[in-house]
Amino acid sequence: MSKKSVAYKGSSNYIVADELRNAVNIAIALQKPLLIKGEPGTGKTMLAQSIADSLDMDLIIWNIKSTTKAQEGLYVYDTVQRLYDSQFGEANVSDIKQYIKLGKLGESFLADEQVVLLIDEIDKADLEFPNDLLWELDQMSFYIPETKETIKAKKRPIVIITSNAEKELPDAFLRRCIFHYIAFPDPEGMEQIVKVHHPSLDKRLMEQAMETFYTLRNVPNIQKKPSTSELIDWLQALVVGGINPNRIKQEMPFLGVLLKKNEDLDTLLNQLHGKAQNRGGQQVNNLNRYYR
Amino acid sequence: MFTDFFYTLKNFGVPVTFNEWQTLLDALEAGMAGSSLTGFYYLSRALLIKTEAHYDRFDMAFANYFGGIETPEGLPDKIWEWLDKELPQIEITDEMRRNHHQLDLEEMKRMLAERLAEQMEEHHGGNRWVGTGGTSPFGHSGYHPGGIRVGGQSRNQSAVKVAGMRRFQEFRTDETLGVRQFQVALRKLRQFTTRLDGARTELDLDATVNKTCDNAGRLELIWERPRENGIKVLLLMDAGGSMLSYSRLCNQLFTAVNRSNHFKDLKVFYFHNCIYDWLYHSSACVQNDYTDTEYVLRTYSPDYRVLLVGDASMAPYELLKVGGVIDWDLYNDKPGIDWLRQIRQHFEYSVWLNPVRRDYWDWMEGSYTLKTIASVFPMHEMTIDGLEQAIKGLKTKQAVQAI
Repeated sequence: MSKKSVAYKGSSNYIVADELRNAVNIAIALQKPLLIKGEPGTGKTMLAQSIADSLDMDLIIWNIKSTTKAQEGLYVYDTVQRLYDSQFGEANVSDIKQYIKLGKLGESFLADEQVVLLIDEIDKADLEFPNDLLWELDQMSFYIPETKETIKAKKRPIVIITSNAEKELPDAFLRRCIFHYIAFPDPEGMEQIVKVHHPSLDKRLMEQAMETFYTLRNVPNIQKKPSTSELIDWLQALVVGGINPNRIKQEMPFLGVLLKKNEDLDTLLNQLHGKAQNRGGQQVNNLNRYYR
Repeated sequence: MFTDFFYTLKNFGVPVTFNEWQTLLDALEAGMAGSSLTGFYYLSRALLIKTEAHYDRFDMAFANYFGGIETPEGLPDKIWEWLDKELPQIEITDEMRRNHHQLDLEEMKRMLAERLAEQMEEHHGGNRWVGTGGTSPFGHSGYHPGGIRVGGQSRNQSAVKVAGMRRFQEFRTDETLGVRQFQVALRKLRQFTTRLDGARTELDLDATVNKTCDNAGRLELIWERPRENGIKVLLLMDAGGSMLSYSRLCNQLFTAVNRSNHFKDLKVFYFHNCIYDWLYHSSACVQNDYTDTEYVLRTYSPDYRVLLVGDASMAPYELLKVGGVIDWDLYNDKPGIDWLRQIRQHFEYSVWLNPVRRDYWDWMEGSYTLKTIASVFPMHEMTIDGLEQAIKGLKTKQAVQAI
């Protein structure tokens, strides 16, 4: 890959695994969108920022909501403003061009320098949303009928798409993407990540906290497992609270920072107090016939 | 050149298409695998696999196809440095091929260890020492059939080993998973009413604005028919004793169905082992708290999607005989199987979800009744994959398949 002029190497405030870096470089070289999936808090969104920083490019973020339409990413024709102007304003209404507002995708096409375009949480949108963007992402161009103009990318942007897997994405769309799943970091990787955020952390505190954190993640039946961002917040809380490292494992202070659901706290308590044999006691009540 | 690999992937159930394969070949042409197996592993995975659910299948296929290729670990850092240099390709002649007889892996590992002990300096080209280029069996970018590649792009672990670790096993969709996954699967069970019928009650703002602008400002309201999910669900759950061991799984499904608020209507009934004249309102199957099955069949329209959940295993007489009901103070005039057939006939879409793993269906206790019921309803095991298939079956009319 040495002859490629652009190669992503990671940036100072973001730890990138080799696998992920490879995937990014493949996507850049093949000029295809990179689809990133992974548990919440594994840094999917941060990745785009890091790529932009490392390659010294501008970052354009298109946040997708459940109501977002594909069209909005291309352009919006502000008919209301035009109507308003036609009745009260002095602006030249016949010039439709001034009522065309480019969306994020359009913006990234028209940028003079290559940019990084982040389409964040694409799965939030309607099922058909990705399909509506197939052509635009493939050809990097679209047509505006109102002005009879074709907007074509000056420099193909690097497209990063993130998904939380709330909806399955259509196959046709997937075929055009490079896919990478960010696995949850192992303890060593996590240590590096934590060091970026808390450079001068007491070693003993770190050890104890990490051990507790991974024990928690491995408790079966936890519905919302604590993620990286929760660990970082928790460490912050431990430092601010001046907690003695030796107490962390036994007492698990500020547990609410890590576990955010009542059910999960209950599950954990059950586990700790050896009530495992009665696990799901409530469920047993539901089906209380012991014979067939 | 790797065409076999393509078919290996297919055999392991990875849905690869020709387009993606073509992209992979292009990428290889461009040298993006860095002429190493690990590079190839990540490159092909990024290009061919589109969901983490298939990572495990990919790993297995990869290990199967490229198995037996290994690189040793734990080499001194200095040797890595020497090796971290790229060389031009060398021409390989038949003579060269003949000169190198295949060494077996154990012997080579031993030789490598010996040479590491002896070698004191950087080496490129040549045929003995660990270095780049040349024809020594050790090092990279050189030529030796069956040699050990040392260094180059993949320093850490051999791709086969990475693949062999099967780190993504837990993402397989044929595993049984939690409430959320059920919910996501259930979300697919929707069918919007068409915009062709019904009253126009919803103001179409965009169309109104456009039309008004077209009229140069004279207001014209456009009304649209609303679209909503038209799916109605009838959930029938077995609450018999043999279901106890699956109560957690069933509870997860139940929670997921209940939380799915996108159904137009959701009705839940319980039965004890098999359906007879009565459908109970609670999972305890209390005998005075029920609705007549006859009534359900009469009042619920055929477009209700029926989801039956149960292990379908019972004594044969419970299913086939008049008076076979297990509660001994009850009596049924019609055998259970007839009731099941009637439900299947009345409702256009119905499936049976079985929490028992498919592997056990053939030889478990009660496999006779299970098979009889599976000849009436399409039966799927209660995993994410199974649920998705079941939901497909609830959206399209599905024939019963022999199992």
